Amino acid sequence: MAVIEENPGYKWVGTRPIRPDGLEKITGKAQFGADSILPGMLYGSVVRSPHAHARILSIDMSVAKSMPGVKAVITSADFPDLALNGGSAGDIDMSNNVMARAKVLYEGHVVAAVAANTREQAKAAADAVIVNYEVLPHVLTVDEAMADNAPLLHDGMYTKGIDPKPEKPSNVASRVVHERGDLDKGFAEADLVIEREYTTKPVHQGYIEPHAAVADANSDGRAHIWCSSQGHFQMRAHTATVLGVSPGTIKVTAAEIGGGFGGKTVVYLEPLAVRLSQRAGRPVKLVMDRDEVFRASGPTSGTRIKVKMGVTNEGQLTAADVWMGYEAGAFSGSPVGAAGMTVIACYDIPNFFVEGFDVVVNKPRVAAYRAPGAPMAAFAVETVMDELARGINIDPIDLRLQNAVVEGTQASYGPKFPRIGFVETLEAIKNHPQYTAELGPNQGRGVAAGFWFNAGMNSSATVHINENGTATVVVGSPDIGGSRQSMALMAAEELGISYENIKPVVADTETVGFNDVTGGSRVTLATGAAVVDACRVITADLRARAAKTWDVEIDDVEWVDGQAQHVDGSQPPLSLADLAGKSGRTGGPISATASLNARGVGAAFSTQLCDVEVDPETGITRVIRYVSAQDAGRAISPAYVEGQMQGGVAQGIGWALNEEYIHNSSGVMENASFLDYRIPVASDLPMIDTVIVEVPNPAHPYGVRGVGEVGIVPPMAAVANAISDAAGVRMKDLPMSPVKLLEALNEKGK
Amino acid sequence: MARVHLSAGLRDLTGGVANIEIEASTVGRLIKSLDQMFPGIGSRLSEGSSVAINGEILTDAEYEKIPASAEIHFLDILQGG
Repeated sequence: MAVIEENPGYKWVGTRPIRPDGLEKITGKAQFGADSILPGMLYGSVVRSPHAHARILSIDMSVAKSMPGVKAVITSADFPDLALNGGSAGDIDMSNNVMARAKVLYEGHVVAAVAANTREQAKAAADAVIVNYEVLPHVLTVDEAMADNAPLLHDGMYTKGIDPKPEKPSNVASRVVHERGDLDKGFAEADLVIEREYTTKPVHQGYIEPHAAVADANSDGRAHIWCSSQGHFQMRAHTATVLGVSPGTIKVTAAEIGGGFGGKTVVYLEPLAVRLSQRAGRPVKLVMDRDEVFRASGPTSGTRIKVKMGVTNEGQLTAADVWMGYEAGAFSGSPVGAAGMTVIACYDIPNFFVEGFDVVVNKPRVAAYRAPGAPMAAFAVETVMDELARGINIDPIDLRLQNAVVEGTQASYGPKFPRIGFVETLEAIKNHPQYTAELGPNQGRGVAAGFWFNAGMNSSATVHINENGTATVVVGSPDIGGSRQSMALMAAEELGISYENIKPVVADTETVGFNDVTGGSRVTLATGAAVVDACRVITADLRARAAKTWDVEIDDVEWVDGQAQHVDGSQPPLSLADLAGKSGRTGGPISATASLNARGVGAAFSTQLCDVEVDPETGITRVIRYVSAQDAGRAISPAYVEGQMQGGVAQGIGWALNEEYIHNSSGVMENASFLDYRIPVASDLPMIDTVIVEVPNPAHPYGVRGVGEVGIVPPMAAVANAISDAAGVRMKDLPMSPVKLLEALNEKGK
Repeated sequence: MARVHLSAGLRDLTGGVANIEIEASTVGRLIKSLDQMFPGIGSRLSEGSSVAINGEILTDAEYEKIPASAEIHFLDILQGG
């Protein structure tokens, strides 16, 4: 670990205790989304479109309804049409993605759902629902969707961000622009200009646990949902919107979650399960299989990106011109906005023009995926940076150091950076032994860097002191990356008691205050701040209770190492257990709640180093060594921080080398299984070395920045740059599969 | 007096104006003032933006107080994964 500022004597923060959820997970007791079973529960099955784009002419449910065991069949007619009820554009799209209305916009789009006594009966009935379609022409890529006279997904879509407003609708939902300086002047000042074009394919988050929901609706209009998600409050709100009811009528219990990476911030099954349960009068369980996860839950965007950058012979970047088209899937909302803000955010470039387009296509609606939008943009810019460095014969890290943003730099997306640790991550990689280690035949080395904002948003937490002086920390942030441990460590530090004496709990939507999703790398920062605030209320209360016990002023009492001490030592200390055991005599139970909209979000940077070996006979690339250096601010739980860093790299390597959605000419996905959509397995990866850089975020009580996302930003460029170093070919299309690399090698050999 | 920086994506509404100085006590009042000067920008900023005040990015910042001589940037709403 590279510590830039010394740990100020923490006892628990920064340690590696046993994870609080470990025992239940390794013994199989942990309850995931599909594990809930209720008395009388029915099983659901979903009818999905076989077409990429089609008009729904009719749906005949008569046969399905008469089949054995069938208790309910629903279509869009069972949901309010938000377009007629004053719904926002975003809510209308969300509702139409949950259940198609009038048109299906991608293969896998839901058109009906069934509940029956058994899974087999539900599946058979779903197969018996007869849907008549008028098949429409479709578009699958940015190029197809932006072409003149392209088939339109939405007749009323007029591109936002263009002046004057377009006269005709198109598949381009919006345009984003960032610019500074004089582009022509910047390129004129450059000694070397590199211009390249890149494409990336949609890739899935690849969480191991499929989407699952169980709903139990009561006759009084209330419902209880158990589901796997990154935010049960968001599931509650979105389900209520789709159903047209008050969020207060829905209770959501967060199941354990088997991965999300942004993809479980979206509602798919929950409204269907509630409506089926209401129609059938019994609980209903819906579980996607892997095929459905691929075809119908959000991957991230496929993209086309053009980058032109200039540099002087002395290594000064002078200009950048970037064009980006991001697939949104069937409804607007690709992460091109974030891509535009992150694409050159690592560097202080005086002249730039960044333009991005949010483009709808006949594929599943994209969902967030770790640092949404940034990885594809970094793939393009960071490979151009590598070419620039080689072109002017300068070390690639030195080129980045020379142009790196630091505290006070005006970010390309607007404001000045507060304290950040980008330079420190670059130096950590440059000083790492692997950076100068000898390479063997057919081996090459690449570096790349990445930036992500991180997020704050709303969190609540409650801390209860039990009668024996132990504590329960209650949060509403589903734990997808170790947040329960981080919460317990910060609470232990604040209260001065052992980590083992703290029980962190993720509570349901009726038991704890509102929390935004577990996403944006925000929970350790924001929910952690709520936990710290609640603990500080409690320690102030404990001092007051000790003062009452001793009949002294509160200012005469300090809270030190988990006990109240009189400032002059005239009283024997009172431990938390002492005060908790007699709390009835000093004011009653000890408990505190804190809620906040987190401030002081700390930006994250990562620099990564990749060594590969390329087989020139087969085109297979093997990653043989990998180092990731990332500024965590302060690593509350270093083991989990390392896990986040390694996880981002592992997913990025898969994105770089193997993963892609493959659609046939009819717009049907051809590789909707983990057999054909190949994510990396352990044997594909080396041990990923991690260097936790700690440049504390001055705005957080423990210096936290957030670590969950930025690690996936650099890997594709790092791998591409290493392949170039090994094989002498520049790969500009992801994935860099053996077939493509072999073609490039053959082309080079001609 | 706050110095407000308007991104290129907003300049279809501002007639090309990129920077402007405005007296406003809160972010909400600032947006109202901007909307009076550039009709239509208010809804765009209220629905689709975060705001950075002296470098600190905030969401749901309508009632956030604006310090004297603050640097204000409006940013796209960010989606995290």
